[in-house]
Amino acid sequence: MHTLAWIAAAVLTTLICGAVARAGDSESGSPWRIAFTRLRANRPAFAALCVIVALLVIAALAPWLAPYSPIAQPDIIRLKNLPPSLAHPFGTDFASRDVFSRALYGARVSLSVALLAIVVSASVGTAYGAIAGYVGGRVDSIMMRLIDAALSVPRILLLIAVLALWAPVPLPALILLLGLTGWFGVSRVVRAQVLSLRERDMVVAARALGANDRQILWRHILPNVLSPVIVSITLGIANVLIVEAGLSYLGVGVRPPSASWGNMILDGADEIASLWWIATFPGLAIVLTVMAFNLLGDGLRDALDPRQVDG
Amino acid sequence: MTSPATPPLLSVRDLSTWFHTGGHEVARAVDGVSFDVMPNETVGLVGESGCGKSVTSLSILRLIERPGRIEPGSRIEFEGRDLLSLDDRSIRAIRGNRISMIFQEPMTSLNPVFTVGDQIAEVVRVHGPASRREAWERAVDMLQQVGVPAPAERAREYPHQLSGGLRQRAMIAMALMMHPALLIADEPTTALDVTIQAQILELLAALQARVGMSILLITHDLGVIAEAASRVLVMYAGQIVEEAPVRRLFASAHHPYTEGLLTAMPRLGDRRERLTVIPGSVPSPAEWPAGCRFHDRCAYAWERCRVEAPPLYRIGTGHVSRCHLAEEPHRRPAAGARGAASAT
Repeated sequence: MHTLAWIAAAVLTTLICGAVARAGDSESGSPWRIAFTRLRANRPAFAALCVIVALLVIAALAPWLAPYSPIAQPDIIRLKNLPPSLAHPFGTDFASRDVFSRALYGARVSLSVALLAIVVSASVGTAYGAIAGYVGGRVDSIMMRLIDAALSVPRILLLIAVLALWAPVPLPALILLLGLTGWFGVSRVVRAQVLSLRERDMVVAARALGANDRQILWRHILPNVLSPVIVSITLGIANVLIVEAGLSYLGVGVRPPSASWGNMILDGADEIASLWWIATFPGLAIVLTVMAFNLLGDGLRDALDPRQVDG
Repeated sequence: MTSPATPPLLSVRDLSTWFHTGGHEVARAVDGVSFDVMPNETVGLVGESGCGKSVTSLSILRLIERPGRIEPGSRIEFEGRDLLSLDDRSIRAIRGNRISMIFQEPMTSLNPVFTVGDQIAEVVRVHGPASRREAWERAVDMLQQVGVPAPAERAREYPHQLSGGLRQRAMIAMALMMHPALLIADEPTTALDVTIQAQILELLAALQARVGMSILLITHDLGVIAEAASRVLVMYAGQIVEEAPVRRLFASAHHPYTEGLLTAMPRLGDRRERLTVIPGSVPSPAEWPAGCRFHDRCAYAWERCRVEAPPLYRIGTGHVSRCHLAEEPHRRPAAGARGAASAT
């Protein structure tokens, strides 16, 4: 049953990565196709992409892949703190829960929190930055000074303060909080891009041909800021993942008994020397995921570099 | 073509576009410019970089942005409508529709993330209801009209896949999509090599003959003017300093600045080792010189030029010049007397 699910997951991952690897070279000249081809030629980035695909497949199929329930405590006397074995590949924790199953479900929680939070950040940041950059002048100065002020508050401390007052925090609220404290960087990147794009001949030409502000923003400005936004989204995912893990580790993030990689580390932190498996496996999962997103982000940055698209 | 009875298509009167760059500095980039463009006529606007010719063209379409401002008292009339008093919506309906514009650098004027066909079709959709399919077909048809080979395939390509000449043709297709009455071409051939340059000028002339439109051709290249324009406006330091029919300008330029531009031009069979240059450069628009704005670069300047700003003197039919030599022709030395002889 589980074996079947694992085979399915492996096949699915291979199919997706294989499709990416075999997709035709850019016979069309679309800048996106060119970037895609270039990204694929970058081996570390391509490997990272495959790891991410695998992680997403695992997260999606977690209920079928996990041998046990992530929260069941079958026997908290005899089955607790078991070292890795065939029955429990990552061992069990202090409450006799299967660490492997919890790590799989944790992927679900940690990845979806990170992805949803970044969607919030990217949308708010892009809208804010685009408005500041496009309107310019005094509006821009005020909006950017507000960003400076917001950036002077340490994000982790702010989150801890809010979350400590609002415990226990529901998951959607946690996502929203992570998203709403993470968009300042994106908005700066977008604003800088928009500022230079709106001075381009392309925008003057569009205006000379009768386009209005809305058409210029949607057709000429936003599609051309997409590249840096995609890069900062990818790198931002790694960052949110770490922040969420940190908060959960501090006990103010994802609420137990739900498994997130962060609160799993918290479960094993006290006994890391003797019961090493409880914290080590979720820790490795975080390292692997963050590294994959960072590598992909770097690869995307090289692939989408507009200076290489010209000519 | 320009019988006095025909009303001009475009009539610019006392156009002043100043840039208020903070403090008391005011850069008077365009300072009291007046001219007409007749239906189906090609008017050349020449001058060095910084003389205000591009600002003039952008002013016509009201594309001047802060801190620039078209000063009160300026008038721009097009097809009998006062462009400066139109609301934003109405001026947008004119842009790209009745008046179009093409630019120097077609690579940066096109959007790199859309196909050229998509961008040409967009103009149709901006200016009226049209289905995607219909707009696309009209775009392909337009590409064909501007001489792009295999237009259906080219339309699906991105700007970076096209050569410079094809890109400029695509820009022209965008500009002419709605059959404008006036095309403003701002240095349309400057970024192209010479053979392509000639092709583009021929194309513009052919399209003008076929569909009927006026062209305001802005360039620093008198060669382009000689090839394409029927009447020439010479701009210097934010003002028009000479206006003449093209043959007359080349045969008997009156203003010393125009004369300088002409002698600076290389010619076939030229035996000069070095080209003649006009000494100095265009002064800053924030501090135009008193008197005649050209006096400190002018070989003929005398006391009067330093204190009294010359008006536009009538030199002949359709020929005016902003130079006191019109009243005191004896001051032009015999060696440079080409223009003085014809000043009647």
